[in-house]
Amino acid sequence: MRGLKLYAIGYLIFLYAPIALLPLFAFNDGTVIAFPLQGFTWKWFAGLATTPALHDAVINSLLIAATSAILATLLGICAARANARYRFPFKTGILGFIMVPLVLPEIIVGVSLLVVIANIFSMRLSLWTVVLGHTLICMPFAIAILNSAFDNLDASLEEAAVDLGETPWNTFRLVTLPLVMPGIVSSLLISFTISLDEFIIAFFLTGAEPTMPVYIWAQLRFPNSLPIIMALGTILVALSIVLLTVAEIFRRRGLARAGVRDTGGFL
Amino acid sequence: MTGPIIKLDGVHKSYGEVDVLKGIDLDIAEGEFLTLLGPSGCGKTTLLRIIAGFEGVTDGVCLISGRDMAGVPANKRPTNMVFQSYAVFPHLTVAQNVAFGLRRSKLGKSEKAAKVEEALGMVGLGGYGARAAHALSGGQRQRVALARALILEPTVLLLDEPLSALDRKLREQMQSELRRLQRQVGITFILVTHDQEEALIMSDRIAVMFGGRIAQLAPPQELYRRPRTLDVARFIGVMNVLPGEVKEKGPAGVEVRVDGIGRARIEPEQAPSGARIGTGWAGIRPETMSVLFAGEQTDRSVAEGVVAEVTYYGDMTYYDVILDGTDRPLTISMKNLIGREVLERGARTRVSWDARSIVWFGEEAA
Repeated sequence: MRGLKLYAIGYLIFLYAPIALLPLFAFNDGTVIAFPLQGFTWKWFAGLATTPALHDAVINSLLIAATSAILATLLGICAARANARYRFPFKTGILGFIMVPLVLPEIIVGVSLLVVIANIFSMRLSLWTVVLGHTLICMPFAIAILNSAFDNLDASLEEAAVDLGETPWNTFRLVTLPLVMPGIVSSLLISFTISLDEFIIAFFLTGAEPTMPVYIWAQLRFPNSLPIIMALGTILVALSIVLLTVAEIFRRRGLARAGVRDTGGFL
Repeated sequence: MTGPIIKLDGVHKSYGEVDVLKGIDLDIAEGEFLTLLGPSGCGKTTLLRIIAGFEGVTDGVCLISGRDMAGVPANKRPTNMVFQSYAVFPHLTVAQNVAFGLRRSKLGKSEKAAKVEEALGMVGLGGYGARAAHALSGGQRQRVALARALILEPTVLLLDEPLSALDRKLREQMQSELRRLQRQVGITFILVTHDQEEALIMSDRIAVMFGGRIAQLAPPQELYRRPRTLDVARFIGVMNVLPGEVKEKGPAGVEVRVDGIGRARIEPEQAPSGARIGTGWAGIRPETMSVLFAGEQTDRSVAEGVVAEVTYYGDMTYYDVILDGTDRPLTISMKNLIGREVLERGARTRVSWDARSIVWFGEEAA
């Protein structure tokens, strides 16, 4: 038991110690990222506010993340609905292929998309091309979450609504949607988070307007801007934790509402 | 009496290669409580869903109030359904659930509220309107589902095994309550169940289904006393079956010989499926026979045998008796009256029976 406890503690340190260094140096009054620490300062956070290029990158990222999350969730709703209610040929195969981007190397996906977009369709790289790539990698997550939401929905609830005189569309609006809404919110939040910090695909598909991770990567060439990146990273970690927690709360609330037992989610 | 409220004519239903319904003809009268009874997989739920409009027919016609229902979707049919899982909307309150079907009606807000309260009162849930539906017990959900369906005053109420998820005590209470409710509102009820006792208690008529066909359609008493096939006889209660032979058939009755109990003269209606000269099976219910105790006199016919098994239920004792000259045990149920002893296993005993309680089956196999 004792060994197991030590192992668990070591495991957590290995996972989180590097991340814990972020805030440490974000508040460190010195340009060099090294111990000993120099003293406490807010100036790196203040520096964030006075870097317009960073602001543009953050806005680009937020736009891309929001659009990709909405697209991935909309497509995910269709797929999850089809999976839960309909039988069609090659169903398992098709659903399997939808999940494959989950395990494909992102660099391969990025290169392939670049070839397709730039060489075959001759599209100009822009925020939209990044949205395309991010929707692709967010979809497996969206579908995994939405599948469980739609599977937990008792089919006779929808039949009951139709039986009571409602049209199929109103049934979807009045019964299905409210019951899977927590799953939808959870899918939006997780897709948003994934898109926001995705680097490789964004690196390949972004044009003249970098996303935030691409901007950060570009800044690594300048040692002087490293502490500012640390400050930015601190904010991002905090934001990610908050978003994931909210997503999980919504997922659990959905289970409680559908009256089923929790069989484990992402958290 | 006007025409039937529901008329099914030659209804077939197949899923690919599998034939679920193989020609159902059924007329259901207005205000009737009809039960579709059968083992799982007999097609009873499919038939109910065809009437509700959730399934189409492969062949045949379904008429409701004389109107052909082909192509009429479930939301346009004058039927409402109580689902096995109740399907009470968990994200709404009790009152919102009951009012769900009224959304499209032109009633004013206060009229709707009054109707909802009346419907809730009818099912014994008066004052529960503001409760959240997901916090209700199984029995209460059942009642909400009932109120929600009845508030629309459907021509026919369809009930898909509504009581199977309740515990025994609650189930018995709901059985009598459903019956009372049906008499009160006068709506035609169609109940699907696999519970023969429930069917006997509640129905005006019972359609027993096996393998996609209606084996017999009759009121409970007739179904129990005059089953047409051995399958029906065994599905409804316990039926002892002995091999036998029709010896003679005439205007005065039918002369049969039955293994173990000998010759008997029965009325033609005791052979609901007909009596042909030749071999067949004699059915006899456990409660129509008696185990005779030492010295007991009777003017009924008597046979002798050995007690093979004794099962004591408190109010009743069930004896399995093997009559001389037979090899299959007969079940005989006896009330445990005061002063009546319980026989031991292995004891020899006399058994009395009455020719009027024999049901004759002309079938080959048993």
